[in-house]
Amino acid sequence: MLNVNQLIELMAALLILVGAIVSVISAFGMIRLPDVYTRSHAATKSATLSVLLCLFGGFVYFWIHDGYVSIRLILGIIFVFITAPVSGHLVCRAAYRSRVPLAEGSGDDALNEILFGEENIQVKEEVEATLKEIKE
Amino acid sequence: MIDLILKAALVLFMLAIALSLYRVIKGPSLPDRAIALDTIGVNLISAIAIVSIVLNTKAFLEAILILGILAFIGTIAFSKYIERGVIVERKSAD
Repeated sequence: MLNVNQLIELMAALLILVGAIVSVISAFGMIRLPDVYTRSHAATKSATLSVLLCLFGGFVYFWIHDGYVSIRLILGIIFVFITAPVSGHLVCRAAYRSRVPLAEGSGDDALNEILFGEENIQVKEEVEATLKEIKE
Repeated sequence: MIDLILKAALVLFMLAIALSLYRVIKGPSLPDRAIALDTIGVNLISAIAIVSIVLNTKAFLEAILILGILAFIGTIAFSKYIERGVIVERKSAD
């Protein structure tokens, strides 16, 4: 028969297993999704969830098994929870500003006008000028 | 039982890292590679936590913090390089 401590250790191990499964699902998302923006959606959100589950499982295991409350694991949880969305946002912003194209079939692109409106007009004028030269 | 579950989770994390490595090598653009490297770092953190449970030691727990900080700073440097073309900007003296 299991006693209570072994049961809680088993629950911690199951938390870690769930974290690993979520991580594999997120990795498949990174392989299958079509462009950078959707891929970063898969990479940052679900990878953060998997790390939080895994570190929390490790924290519970050390707490029950050794009676050791690990400050380092709590700090790791807080740090990953704060920094993963920030880095995902920064990479996406850099990708949009360096003009990585959206996937085919994306909907409206409202930011394009605001960020690159003048450049788009210039490019259009140059294209029309060269077309006119070719006609003449 | 617990040992078996932990080793299965370790194998799953290695699978996730291998899939991310495919994206690092193949990735059509530079931000793809940056995101995949960030995911590899985050998965390594979890793998270290599991290894530290399997080996029944607390010595690896510092490595979790250091790896988290390094992955974050690396991703910030990558995104700044992609956006501006330089990592450390210096303002001119005048």
